[in-house]
Order: sequence, then C-alpha cells, then structure tokens
Amino acid sequence: MPARLVAPGPWTTATVSGVRRPLPRSVQLRLDVEGRVDHLPGQHYVVRLTAEDGYTAQRSYSVASPPSDPLLELFVERLDDGEVSTYLADVVEPGDTVEVRGPIGGWFAWDGEEPALLVGGGTGVVPLVAMVRHARATGREDLLRVAVSARTLAELPYADELRAAGAVVVTTREAHGIRPAGRLTAADLLPLWEPGQTAFVCGSAGFARTASDLLVGLGFAPSSVRVEQFGPSGS
Amino acid sequence: MPGPTRGFLGRTRPARDPRLPPGQYDVGADWPVLTAEPTPRISPETWSITVAGNVENPTTWDWDGVHALPRSEYRGDIHCVTTWSKFDTHFAGVSLDALWDVARPTPEGQYVMATSKSGYTTNLPLEDLTGGKAWLVWEFGGEPLSIEHGGPVRLLVPHLYFWKSAKWVTKLDVLLRDQQGFWERNGYHDRGDPWRQQRYQGD
Repeated sequence: MPARLVAPGPWTTATVSGVRRPLPRSVQLRLDVEGRVDHLPGQHYVVRLTAEDGYTAQRSYSVASPPSDPLLELFVERLDDGEVSTYLADVVEPGDTVEVRGPIGGWFAWDGEEPALLVGGGTGVVPLVAMVRHARATGREDLLRVAVSARTLAELPYADELRAAGAVVVTTREAHGIRPAGRLTAADLLPLWEPGQTAFVCGSAGFARTASDLLVGLGFAPSSVRVEQFGPSGS
Repeated sequence: MPGPTRGFLGRTRPARDPRLPPGQYDVGADWPVLTAEPTPRISPETWSITVAGNVENPTTWDWDGVHALPRSEYRGDIHCVTTWSKFDTHFAGVSLDALWDVARPTPEGQYVMATSKSGYTTNLPLEDLTGGKAWLVWEFGGEPLSIEHGGPVRLLVPHLYFWKSAKWVTKLDVLLRDQQGFWERNGYHDRGDPWRQQRYQGD
C-alpha cells in the first residue's frame, strides 16, 4: 500500500519512454520518473517545460497508471490554445525529457481499501482508471463501482478497460446499447450505490457539478463526495 | 536549473506582463471553477458570517447586517495555484477590517481558520486579513457573485493563492496557533504567496 503523500517532492526528470495517441486530440505518455515514489490512485503530477530563453510553463495532469506500474502514465487532452498540452501531444517523442513534480493531492485519492463510486466525464475518467487498475492489481475489484460519460464511445479514454471493469457507460451524442443518447441521470447511478462508499467525481466544471448534485440528491452526504474539475468554466 | 525542453517554444510572449507571478499564465476572460466538494445550497436569506474564537466581541452578521457595513471594492488581479491568473477583476463587498473593528481579536489571536457552508476550511495568518488586504465579497463585475464562484458571499484575499479565498464562507475563527485547513492538510502551503510560489508544503 503506498504511503499517504501529502507534500510532493522536488522537481525531478522524467524520460519519455512511450507515446501513444489512441484517441484524436489527446496523447498517452509513459514516463520513467527519476526517484519516482508510489502515488495513490487519483493523485496528479505537474509537468514543467522550459524554453530556450528560460520561460517555463507548468500544468497538472492526472495519473492513469497504478502505483505498481514502474512507469508513470499520463493521459493529456490536447487543448488548441494549451501551450503545454499542444507540446505534449504534437512534439514529444520517446527519449525526450520533461520536468515533473508529484504525486500531488491527498483529497482526490483512493486508499485502495474502502468502497468507492467513481463517476467520470470525458478525460475526467483518467484518475479513475488509475483506481480501476489499482483494484485489479490488488484483487479488490469488488470495492469499486464505475459510471462514465463521454460524447461518443470513440471519444472515451480507456473505453475498453472501463467496460471490462463493468463501468456503466453513458454517451451524450449517440445511442449506446439500448440507451438513447443523453446525459448521466440518477437512474444510472442508483444501481451502483453501496453502503459506506466514498464518491469520486471528475470531469469538467459542468459535469462535476451535475454529477455531484445527482449524488447528493440520491442521499450521499456532501462530505463523502470528492470532486476534481478541470478546464474552463464555460461561462 | 535544468536545461530547456527540446522543441518547447511556449506562448508568444512579446513581454512578460509584470502583473504575472512566476509560473502563472493569463487566463484571459475565463474564470475556471475549481471546488473539491458538491456545491452547497445556500441563499442570502439563510447565509450569515460569524467571527468568533479569540475575539473580545464574538459577532454574527446576516445578509442585511454585512450590507449595512461600509461598502468596499477590490480592483486587481487574482492568482490560482493551478497556474492561471486573472487580471483586472472587480469585486465588491465589505473590507474584513470592518468586521475586525467590531469583533476585536485579542492580542494573542494571530491566526484565522475560515470555514465554508460546505465544510471547506482554510487557514491564514490574521495579518493577511487586516489592513485593507481582505474582503467579504458578494459582487463580481457589478453582478451578484454566482454560487459556482462562491456566492452569495465568499472570502477574497487576492494577494494569496485563490484557494485561501474560501467560497461560501460562514465563519472566521481567530486562533492562538496556526492549524491546517482543507487543502493545507492535503499538501498545499500554509501561507500561499504567489510571488514566492508557495504552492505546496515545504515550498
């Protein structure tokens, strides 16, 4: 069991060992992190890039790999005006080095021992994938229930792994199985409820607000709903 | 200091805006929403702010009560630890000095724990909340502060990273010793000065 790390260590060097682009407009990076310490599933890393003139830019990215994976896997959505994500998606090659700092965050982190309900939208599924993989690695798949939402199945990161883990998959722009296109509803989440769960909700600000409101509406104590958001406010 | 990252150019940057602390970027017109918990249900009618702990005169103000205090505005920049900064914001509410004048912290009371309706907490030195540096605000850009951004009333401490500016604030406890709030227990810095990049514990 990895230690509960609340303060990240210093900046360190990560060597890119793998670059994959399983989905358009995103990149999956496998990093060999110097002095890597085990993270908790759900935690994130900061990536820092330095230009020739010393200018730096840094952004946070969720980890998709479990702590038992010797490499750190990040899944990065390419934002058109994102100076870090466009570099990672378009320029990075195996053998390149970037600076990283982490793991970070003691709140949106699953201890691997308590029951949890995972609710992710779009690339918000990434930290949940780390939880699913950790559960699989430790033989505790029984602890997790998963619901994910994406525009289409083809745009859902780690779709095969999530479906193999029994995730309820909701697609907002296409019918999926017998389910018509539509947003996540309370009826999707209700069958996943188990006593003693902590809920982990990750996605855009709008998705996170909607999903956490649904959970509170189902009777989840607000203090048992942990939320992580990314991206613009949309307003 | 490490060398440059191969092939990284970064944004076009004619001249770095001197208002931007190190490691930050200008988010422009956007204002990202970042919260760690469900958004609470809270209305002006049910909201109140209590100043208690090591004060001579513990006091609670309701919505009308804070509006009866002298209006105070902030025009300037805000900085989030997730590396965005937003320039030229305009908030309106009341200076915390007006609350301290009534509640009167004791000389021993040097720290403050701010608590939100959601249960969120954050710790600050009292010194960062006095002298015209901190506000309770209920307007942004001339409009009521939306609930996503901490309305009806949030704390505003713009010289520190924005997680210190607790949304949905309902209580300020004056403490004898510093205690860690929500993000501070979870790895973030106790003070959070963006100009010193005090992002995480130990920075």
